[in-house]
This record gives sequence, C-alpha cells and structure tokens, in this order.
Amino acid sequence: MRASTRPLMFRILLIGPAALAICIFMVIPLMLMAWISIQGRDYSGGVIWGQFSFDAYTRLFFERELDGTIALNLSYFKIILRSIWLSALTMTISLIVGFPVALFMATRSQRWRAVLIFMVTLPFWTNLLVRNYAWILLLRDHGTINNTLLWLGVISEPLPLLHTQLAVAIGLTYSFMPFMVLPIYSSLEKIDFRLVEASFDLYASRWHTLKRVIFPLAVPGMVAGCILVFVPSLGSYVTPELLGGGKTLMIGNLIGLQFGAARNWPFGAALGLFLLLLVMIALTSYARSYRTNAQVGK
Amino acid sequence: MSNQYKRKTIKLLATTALILGGFAGSASAEGELRLYNWSNYFAPALIEKFEKETGTKITVDNYASEDDLLAKLQAGGGGYDVIFPGTTTLGIMVDKGMLAKIDVSQMENFKNLLPAFTSIAGDEKREYSAPYMWGTTGFTYDPAMVPGGKLEESWKEIFEPQEELKGKIAMLNEMSDVWNAAAYYTGIDKCTEDPAEAQKILDVLMAQKPFVKLYSNDGTIDRMVAGEVPVHMQWNGAAHRVKAKKADVVYVYPKEGTTFWTDVIAVPKDAPNMEAAKVFVNWMMSPEVAAEASNYTGYSNAVNGSGAFLKEDLKADPAVNTPAEYDERLRAFKACSPASKDLREKVWTKLKS
Repeated sequence: MRASTRPLMFRILLIGPAALAICIFMVIPLMLMAWISIQGRDYSGGVIWGQFSFDAYTRLFFERELDGTIALNLSYFKIILRSIWLSALTMTISLIVGFPVALFMATRSQRWRAVLIFMVTLPFWTNLLVRNYAWILLLRDHGTINNTLLWLGVISEPLPLLHTQLAVAIGLTYSFMPFMVLPIYSSLEKIDFRLVEASFDLYASRWHTLKRVIFPLAVPGMVAGCILVFVPSLGSYVTPELLGGGKTLMIGNLIGLQFGAARNWPFGAALGLFLLLLVMIALTSYARSYRTNAQVGK
Repeated sequence: MSNQYKRKTIKLLATTALILGGFAGSASAEGELRLYNWSNYFAPALIEKFEKETGTKITVDNYASEDDLLAKLQAGGGGYDVIFPGTTTLGIMVDKGMLAKIDVSQMENFKNLLPAFTSIAGDEKREYSAPYMWGTTGFTYDPAMVPGGKLEESWKEIFEPQEELKGKIAMLNEMSDVWNAAAYYTGIDKCTEDPAEAQKILDVLMAQKPFVKLYSNDGTIDRMVAGEVPVHMQWNGAAHRVKAKKADVVYVYPKEGTTFWTDVIAVPKDAPNMEAAKVFVNWMMSPEVAAEASNYTGYSNAVNGSGAFLKEDLKADPAVNTPAEYDERLRAFKACSPASKDLREKVWTKLKS
C-alpha cells in the first residue's frame, strides 16, 4: 500500500507545477475570455457582468448594413481572409528561402555550424519593434533601397514600397524566418549523409538526390517550421501596423481595436477565440495530412 | 527524497505567489508622487522644480494611448497619483467613479483659469479635474511641396486632394479625429445616429483612401520634417515642433470645422499620495508653471497670465496661439450616444477592411 502511494505522490508533485502553470496562464485566461465574449458590452470599456448576450458572435457573421438591412458581414471576413493570405504567403516565402539556408548550414563543418546558428538567431537580440522600424528606413520613399535604385538610374521615381501589403509580407517573413530555418536545420542535421553518398553511387543526379533522399527526410522539420511561421503571422499586430501604414488591418489589429478605440470587449474576446479556432483547424488539418502522407510514404 | 521534491514544489509555489503578488500591489514610498502621462508631454524642468519647492519626488510613467490609461485603471492597476486624460476619457472616468473628488474649483489657483476652462463637458463643476493642455486637430502642409505653394483652408485639400497630391496624404490613425473631420467636411453632425449619414461619411473616406499614403499617429513630426509627405493631418503642437525645424510649414484650421480638444489633470480615486496630488494640481494652475509646461509640449495652456512666461516662438506661432478670427472654426468635444459610437466604429472597420 505504502509502496504504491509514494510514487503516486511523486507523480502529483512532479506534475503539479506544470499543471498549475498551465491552469493559471492558459486555462483560466481562456475561460475568462470565453466568459467575457458572452457578456453585455459596456460602451465605455469593460463588460456588464452578469448580462448575457451573444451579440459578439452574431456581429462576427452578420451586420445591420448602414442602410438598415441585415446582411452577411463582409468587412470582418475580408480582414480574416487577408490575414490568412498574408500568413500563407509569409510561410511559403520562408520555406522557399529557408530550406536552402538550412541545407547550407547542415552541410558545413561543426565549427561553422555553430557560427551560422548564432547568426540566424542574432536578430532576436533586438526587439521586434526595432526590427520593424529598421524596415521602414529601408523601404521608405527616400530610404536605402529607393535611394540606391535612384542612384543607379534603374528608376526615376521612388517605388512605393512602404505602406503596402508587400511591405507587411516582407516584414513578417523577416521576423519569422528563423522559426523556419532552425527546425529544418535540426532535421537535416540528423540525416545520415551516407544515404546521400549511396544515392550518388546509384547514379542519381543532384536534383534527384535532393528530391528523393534529402527532401523526404526533412519533411518533419518543414512541417514544424511552417506551423511555427504560420501561427504567429496570423496573429501579428506590430508589423501590419507599422509597415502596412494602418491602411489594412489583420486580425491582430482588429482585436486590438476592439479593446482600444472601439471599446467592445466582448467582440474582441470573441474574435480572439475565433482566431484560436482558426489556428486549431489549421494545426489539426496539418497534422492529419502529414500523418496520411507519412503512411502513404511507407 | 519525496521531502526534497515537496520542498522544491513549495518553493516554486511560493515564488509564483510572490511574482503574482508583485503585480497586484505596488508600494509607493512616502513623499513620492507618481504621474501617468503621454510620452514627451511633461517638462523635465517641472519635475525638478516641484521637487525643489515641496520636497516631493516625482516619477513619470507613460502610456501610448488613452485607451491604455483607461484599461489600466479599470483593471485596478497602477498606483498612480496624477493622470492626464482627455475629455472623452474624463467623462467615462467620472461616470464610473474612478476619480477622486478633489474640488478643483475651491483651490487657491483656480481663479487663474481662463473663463472658457472653468467648466468642461463631463466635469461641469470642476470637482475632479483641472485643465492641462489644449489644442486643435487640423492639417499641416509644406508650401515648397504643394502646387502653387498654397492650399485652401479646407478639409477638401485632404479629402479630395489635387492631382499632384494624390497618394501623398498622411492621415492620423485616430478613429474619432478622422471621423470628426469627415463629418465637418460633409456637414453632418459628428454625433449622428442616422446610418444614411454615416454612409455618406464612409463614402468620403473610401473615396479618399486610394490617395492616402498612410494612417499613423507616430512620427508625424519627422515625416513632415524629412519631406516624406507634403500634407499631414496633425495636432497643432506637433505642427509647432515641425516649424522649429522647417520654418515655412503652414498649419491650417480648416474652415468647415477644426476639432478642439482639452487634456485635464485628475487624481485616481485610490491615489496613494492624495495630499501631494492636490498640492500638485493646484501648483499646475500657477502661470509660471503652466507656461513652462507649454514651452515644453508646444501646446496652449488654460492659465491666465502664463503668456508672459511663454517662449517667443510659441507666442508668435499661429498654430499654437490661435488667432481670434479662427475662433468660430473651433468645435468642442461632444459626448456621443452608443448608437452613434457604433456607427463610427462600423465606418472605421469598413474603411480599414
């Protein structure tokens, strides 16, 4: 009896702190968010506790048009679609650029690898806000890029680079690129390069070796990288605000607006939950397709 | 073994509790006054002056928007003694009983105030607040960068820009300021509850959007000084600071209506150092102090007799020292109904989607 309760105690004590942390920092805030999303709206900020209302959710899908008719709410959908599109774009560019970088890193000598990893993580030493401001300096009308092109005579008028969706995509890609490179690197690093040699011995071309040997082995890293880039892009706030020039919102900005100027906390909470739902759908579908692919691969 | 784990767990729990506890209460030392204000909006010289005169030490924290201020106070955090909300926020705070009744109208220096500021929407009897700075929201342009070197004194230049200025207009990213300007321009009441009228405002803003380079509240001064945009919807104090570096820039009070706003000094209900806060509020209404505050911020104050202590360039700048002929263009703050706020927010979201 005694012998069996002691390990149980151990287990509880060991799990305790983690469970407590998850409870305090995740479960309780989420419950609070869900609760706030169904409370009445206080127009001066906050909610009217105890007054139930599902307005926040109907608002997400339907709206009373300015002319009084009720219609599907397209403005929020546009913002949500734009967020998904920009995040997918960010993810794709990161993958296309990140994979060769990771491959390059993984094929260097041990000492070089350490240096390269250090260089990839170096931008994290600077605050995200500062990094975004740096892009403003590069992209603006009389910024580094435009001035160089003008000086070279490639263009005669500054290109409108800043305050566009392109600028947002560039900023997001730059911010989240390391999240793509590092997981791919770690899966490439584990590859037994004798397999590559074997492939060459069997007269496979470089391209074939990449496609048939290296690529499949790097899939777990690429999936992890895609998730790590897509998810934070979807909820990003600073980059669209600064580089997008406030002309186009992403979900993060829309949520921020509800807790700020619009003072609609229930709707902000509902949007937050909706974002969470989107992310979860994306993740499960990823996991599903990945699993089926893996099985087919066998 | 198990004891060791237990002890570790308890330690962990204790640390967590300590950290959490740290958020809840922030102790304030005796003789310290904690201000919560916009950044770059309080003269460092005044901090020294107050410390020298009263022996009370001042610390200043900054917020990025009044919504942050409100949210922080609503969440019960802070432990601040003096705050500087604008008119909208003041009304909400008074309604919700978040401010201490410090009877400003009974204070010694209250007599110094300009008559227009002895009462304010939301705090008509001046029980809770004293005026801090006031200013206007118009637009600024650089004559060297606009066709003909001159623009009309009208929102038209912003909302329906001339061919050469299309795509170069910078707007403030402030829902109420943009809405108000469009409402003045279309001649619609800014507190309208009529969806058809809101639609008209949206039409103006949507038609303007392709010509807008960006919406932003940050860096408006640098943007004008660097010549990145020829025209910027701007607050007048910022316009004054642009002029310090680019003298011929013009600040326009649009004839259709120019929002005129006031920021106040108030004390949260649970201020740790209430007595010092009252002394501070009274002190801020003395002419010399108010002038010092204006000299730093570039905005006007509401204290009679402060003019004598103002810097020359402030007195000479029509952006700050509003010429009397523009008085009728100024539009004061109005508290709009929830229905109207809803429309405004809908228009803003549609504009940005």
